Amino acid sequence: MMNRRHFLRAASGFGGLALRDLMAADSTPFSPRTPHFPASARSVIFLFMPGGPSQIDLFDHKPELRKWHGKPLPPSVTKDLKLAFIKPNANAVASPRAFKRHGQSGAEISDLLPHTAGRADDLCILRGLHTDAFNHDPGELLLMTGSMQFGRPSMGAWISYGLGSESQNLPGFVVLSSGTGPSAGSNDWSNGFLPSAFQGTPFRGSGEPILYLSNPEGFTGEMQRARLDAIRRMNEKRRRETGDVEIDARIASYELAFRMQMAAPELLDLSSEPKHLLDQYGVHQEPTHQYGLHCLLARRMVERGVRFIMVSHGSWDDHNDLDKNLEKNCRITDQPAAALIADLKQRGLLDSTLVIWGGEFGRTPMTQQQRPDIGYGRDHHPNGYSMWLAGGGIREGETIGKTDEMGLEAVEDRIHVHDLQATILHTLGFDHTRLTFPNSGRNFRLTDVEGKTVSKLLKKGLA
Amino acid sequence: MTTKDTINEIDRFIRARLEKERLAPSPEAPKHTLLRRLSLDLIGLPPTPAELAAFLNDQQPGAWQRQVERLLKSPHYGEKWGRHWLDQARYADSDGFRSDRFRPHAWRYRQWVIEALNRDVPFDQFTVEQIAGDLLPNATTDQRIATGFHRNTLTNREGGIDPEQFRVEQVIDRTNTVGTVWLGLTVGCAQCHDHKYDPISQRDYYRLFAFFNAADEDHMDAPMPGELGPHLQVRPAYDRRRRELLAANAVPKLQAEWELGMLETAANPGKRLDWDHAFDDLRTDCEDGEKILRTPLANRTRRQSKILTDYFLKDYARVISKERKEELKFDALLKQLQELDATLPAISEAPVLRAFERKTHLLVRGDFKQSGESVEPGTPAALPPLDPAGARPTRLDLARWLVARDNPLTARVAVNRIWQEYFGRGLSRTSENFGNQGEAPTHPELLDWLATEFMESGWSLKHVHRSIVSSATYRQSSDSRTDFSARDPENKLVGRQTRLRLNAEAIRDSALAVSGLLSPEIGGPSVRPQLPQSSGLKNWKESTGRDRYRRGMYIQLNRTAPYPLMVNFDAPNGYGALCRRSRSNTPLQALNLLNDPAFVEAARALALRAGAEGEGGFHHRLDRAFQLCLGRQPAADERDWLLAYWKSQPETVAWTGLASVLLNLDEFITRE
Repeated sequence: MMNRRHFLRAASGFGGLALRDLMAADSTPFSPRTPHFPASARSVIFLFMPGGPSQIDLFDHKPELRKWHGKPLPPSVTKDLKLAFIKPNANAVASPRAFKRHGQSGAEISDLLPHTAGRADDLCILRGLHTDAFNHDPGELLLMTGSMQFGRPSMGAWISYGLGSESQNLPGFVVLSSGTGPSAGSNDWSNGFLPSAFQGTPFRGSGEPILYLSNPEGFTGEMQRARLDAIRRMNEKRRRETGDVEIDARIASYELAFRMQMAAPELLDLSSEPKHLLDQYGVHQEPTHQYGLHCLLARRMVERGVRFIMVSHGSWDDHNDLDKNLEKNCRITDQPAAALIADLKQRGLLDSTLVIWGGEFGRTPMTQQQRPDIGYGRDHHPNGYSMWLAGGGIREGETIGKTDEMGLEAVEDRIHVHDLQATILHTLGFDHTRLTFPNSGRNFRLTDVEGKTVSKLLKKGLA
Repeated sequence: MTTKDTINEIDRFIRARLEKERLAPSPEAPKHTLLRRLSLDLIGLPPTPAELAAFLNDQQPGAWQRQVERLLKSPHYGEKWGRHWLDQARYADSDGFRSDRFRPHAWRYRQWVIEALNRDVPFDQFTVEQIAGDLLPNATTDQRIATGFHRNTLTNREGGIDPEQFRVEQVIDRTNTVGTVWLGLTVGCAQCHDHKYDPISQRDYYRLFAFFNAADEDHMDAPMPGELGPHLQVRPAYDRRRRELLAANAVPKLQAEWELGMLETAANPGKRLDWDHAFDDLRTDCEDGEKILRTPLANRTRRQSKILTDYFLKDYARVISKERKEELKFDALLKQLQELDATLPAISEAPVLRAFERKTHLLVRGDFKQSGESVEPGTPAALPPLDPAGARPTRLDLARWLVARDNPLTARVAVNRIWQEYFGRGLSRTSENFGNQGEAPTHPELLDWLATEFMESGWSLKHVHRSIVSSATYRQSSDSRTDFSARDPENKLVGRQTRLRLNAEAIRDSALAVSGLLSPEIGGPSVRPQLPQSSGLKNWKESTGRDRYRRGMYIQLNRTAPYPLMVNFDAPNGYGALCRRSRSNTPLQALNLLNDPAFVEAARALALRAGAEGEGGFHHRLDRAFQLCLGRQPAADERDWLLAYWKSQPETVAWTGLASVLLNLDEFITRE
């Protein structure tokens, strides 16, 4: 700490710190930029499962729970638990699902995810994840922005800020959402205090994919172009008169907007995709159509240089009727997610595309019996849960991390969500402590003041 | 008007520095640019052609000063600078978080801000009333409404949240916000540990925190002029009828039983699950539900009683049998009560703060569950001492300390933020941080002078505005200069003005104003203009009639889903104090201005207006549209290009298209 006199002097006008912006003065927010070191991933698809999928019924097999089924867990293991709704003495529920080992790697995956299980050798399953929040908003924000507070930039925004965009006619960070959508809404893809150029652009499920993308009523594409040319001419003149380079950026934004108007329909036009591929994604079939379409669009966006695509489906917040709801959500997402991995791999894109599957926390080994007339559910569980990663330089055919016998606590290869973020940034070529932006008097970063890159997840030579 | 004889004190500081660097100031901008600049800066709206003509024709000495005074007197001044204050006050019309519930009374604080600025309430008083208006002797309704500043915190109604945890988070937010807004310090860093860069210990932090910890949320009737009479006239009959209806349905008795059941389940959870869940929901879904439940009947305010009874009538069914529910017929009763409510002329209400005794402990690592040593309210040791009126310092003492003459920060922080709005950057660029991590001011003596001038004028904000806009420095051309590009590329020395993209509100307001669509009423509840279906905004019952065309600052701000234009053009969403908006430049902005039906409607209206006012063919009409949008005549080449464009378009879209071109120009959305 500084002494008082020094402080008052600084406060009234001296001292201070020069700040270095990542962006060079002559580039636009969308120009591609070079990261700190060579990257293994070029783009990211985050299959976001908000609400908290039940790891105990999907990836984290806990046969030991059968012994305790219908009874409270021993107080010795539950005494420090702090949960959102239920008390630590709630009855344990063993998973009714069948678990089997899959692929050469022998990954344990439940019968709810047969298609994902078919890609087991492409996945790196993490079973030792943990987070600090046991409510949805703070949990989602911590996962996506590194902080439980509202108003921080999302991972996709940080990455677009760091890397710019490879696409000359689509936004760098796109959000596709189905189901009820994440609880924290647009805060999950907010630019926070970063320039708004880096916010996630939600593609809409119906009608215009981007708000205000369509020409006004009565304006054809040609008329739109004529309008833009007139604007451009006038703006160029103003640029000459004032010498203001910001007008160049304005002209560039208008041109990108026009290209987006042209490119979005092309992106959405699936006529070039063969029928067997559409079938693999489950497009034009129920219940997979919407999510399958989003996964397929994500691949098409990767091909077109979009940097970060969030494909959200939820909610997985099953406080009741867990078994029935899980089955429903799995039937919607399992096949498309597996098809996405296969498709990326077949095209040689998986190596440079990091795919992440997971939510803001998991669910408790104990039940949350809301009412006698409806099925059991599980409560939010931050202390040990599962996700999987694939591609982008992540090791494949691995299951890393372990929870204790009851599934209460991650005990081996514990990975905090900040560590996950640090690792994601690492695959993109960033030292997470150096990707920063000044705000409110200090430098902020995605991982707040925490986070360690988990080298164990990275392929040899990339750590 | 020559620059030479109109330079003021500000110019002397700026020019001394420029001379030292052997740089010359820029010439004055053209008159039409100047008035457009002044009007956008002081009231957030472009000048009308008539206002412009009056200024251009005013050849008498003092012409500029007359415009300055006219605009400072305009009631739109309070809107423009009120919005600037609301950024710092983290104002919004909803709770934030998952439920993001609408706050129907939040606007009453906004109203107070606009009115206070229009009256030029001295900034020290403006401060005291917001920090502690409730503690002033014989506090007026207005002074209490001012404490609504503290009610702009977020509210989490998510199930399972610990109410104490959230209360603590709100107190933390209030502490940090006051630190940022008045002191320009990031005190929040000291929440968990001693501040790394500034002399604020963790103990200092919790001493500040203690001021706001000794307070609770409250709610009051805050009638607008003209509301009270009609309300009071109907109220006795209303009260009588409501009592009768409730009594006829045995509500008092049943509700008393229900309340006992709720208190019982709260004390012994886990016995009756349906009651447990009903109680959980009461805590999250009913405003102050648990608090009212625990307040004895006789001590409840009229509003509290109504809230709990209305909630009881809606929620009772879940803890009784189906048969009993049908027997009771509460649905019919609710309908009757709603009809009755509609007969009572409403009066406005306001969320406020009031004093509440509560001890404060330091929180270990900022964790609300880990109380450390006990602390008394106090100010950071590194700053001038507090001089409390009584034995124990109160929020009112803190407020007065903030605006004491020997406080080195408040006045500097305030004038720096005003300067920033006029020149695009503060004299200290990091206007949110005056601590050791902030950037050093470019003109420290000028900052000191402005701060002193501010205090000596009796803390008159209008005086500061007047001083700045009267300077030759302010009136310089904003054209960039090749001789600066190497030596002062960021224009730190203010050797010219700066072109600034208008903020989100001003872009909307300008488009509405030039097209003649604007409803210029000042104040009132928030409005919801038309939106395309695909926007997916909730809580969005579209306003009708004139309310669709109100200024941007009145558009309902839902924290999790703001109006798209606001998001696209960098308006804040109210998550925390914002002292400096960013100015991004994105394709979504282009799409917004090109294709948003609201802007197409403005273009159509502008085309019609120009046609009606500028009779006699293409050129007259174009001249008028130019005059309205840009305050100038088109140049010959511009005229040619636009004529060619107009000719190339089918008649149905030619004029709308042309008007839309003008509304999309960089020049239109920029204050030059």
